[in-house]
Amino acid sequence: MTTSIPAAAPPHRPLRDMTTEEIVGTGRPHRLTYHDGTSRTVLVTDLETSFPTGELIVSQTDTDGVITMCNEAFVLMSGWSRAELLGSPHAILRHPDMPRAAFADLWATVGSGRRWSGYVKNLRRDGGFYWVYATVIPKIRAGVILGHTSVRRQPSRRRVEAAEALYATMRSEENDASRVQP
Amino acid sequence: MRYRFAISPDVHARDLPTWFVLNTRLQRALGRPGRATVHDDFGALHRACAAGEVDLVYANAADTVELVREHGFLPVVRPREVADEAVVVVSATGPVTELDDVPDRLTVAATDAPDVERICRILLEPADLDAGAIDLTVLRNYVLVAKAVITGQVEAGFFLRRAHDNLSATTRGMLRPLISSRIHVVSHCLLLAPGLAELREPLRDFLHTLSRDPAEQSTLAELGAPHGWQPANEDDVEFMVDLMDALKQ
Ligand SMILES: Cc1cc2nc3c(=O)[nH]c(=O)nc-3n(C[C@H](O)[C@H](O)[C@H](O)COP(=O)(O)O)c2cc1C
Repeated sequence: MTTSIPAAAPPHRPLRDMTTEEIVGTGRPHRLTYHDGTSRTVLVTDLETSFPTGELIVSQTDTDGVITMCNEAFVLMSGWSRAELLGSPHAILRHPDMPRAAFADLWATVGSGRRWSGYVKNLRRDGGFYWVYATVIPKIRAGVILGHTSVRRQPSRRRVEAAEALYATMRSEENDASRVQP
Repeated sequence: MRYRFAISPDVHARDLPTWFVLNTRLQRALGRPGRATVHDDFGALHRACAAGEVDLVYANAADTVELVREHGFLPVVRPREVADEAVVVVSATGPVTELDDVPDRLTVAATDAPDVERICRILLEPADLDAGAIDLTVLRNYVLVAKAVITGQVEAGFFLRRAHDNLSATTRGMLRPLISSRIHVVSHCLLLAPGLAELREPLRDFLHTLSRDPAEQSTLAELGAPHGWQPANEDDVEFMVDLMDALKQ
């Protein structure tokens, strides 16, 4: 006998493939698979947008990482409109150069109620990228984790170069590991 | 019961009389006696708060984190359309003209205002200066900080934007703003001790009436709220608290 379980509402707006019309320059295609098993094709270029000096890029998510709030600097730097961002998973910014382990560490840390900080390369809507130093803290109200807040600031160039090298190594190890598993 | 009102150490001496007059009017509006105290510096204010000797305080964002989270203080009002921004300054005639010129280590003068220090340290991170690379000298007021930078005693100074704007034109001319924050959402907040929660609404009513009275324009400006006050709601303040918390190095 089977019990029918009502289909759960989709947790968020699904991420769609990027198209050549949306991006600036010629993008290299990458297929990204997200933690929930969904996937999409992103197009990436080498165009960097520099961090707006003196500003902070701020966003909040629910406990699943779906964006619930973002500031103007977030909108400008990501290239997406506010309407497109709200309700989308934060992985809308995931860049293929970022190792999975970095985000696994982020989620394990904030899930246990602690803050996480790290250097993150983010993907823009136009295929370009920007580096940030991000701090994610759980949004705890009356003892309950209601979501998460991320505050990003301008990273130093030297730290970005170190993160770039580290992430490249981590990614090649992740790729090797995924090759041995059929 | 007499309430104890702590006037923030970052209030300009010129504006202190206005704060005392505000307290006189508060006593009338609340129908109870209260005493206003000026604390010489943030160290003294923090000691008074820790000893439970403060009922009402116009707190900067960094202290708001502590007072709301650790001591259960209640947000009352915050200034409308006024944000606390910070600026790192250097000598106008010195070798540093942009962030890229900043050396590996930096000597800095500042007051003990914790919000300003936190923001200015963040502003220097892109120059690869982390906590250990800054030698900080704490001075009693912003005039002394300006003097230390101008005379070359230190390489840079940390200022609350408003305090920098309040320096004389001559002094400002001898300083070069190196980098300024544009955070927009951080501000002071009037906080009330949890034991006096019943005063929250009367306080809001009084300050709201004051905010709407055109005859109070200059008073409001002297209190640092030229556009009046708005009720500080719990969500906004909790958000600001999380944000300041995230900026701790
Ligand atoms: C508050 C918050 C902010 C986040 N910010 C980013 C971000 O800026 N860029 C990013 O790629 N991932 C960010 N993440 C992580 C994503 O949710 C996601 O884990 C990551 O992009 C990897 O995608 P995946 O977990 O679906 O595989 C953030 C998560 C939280 C909770």
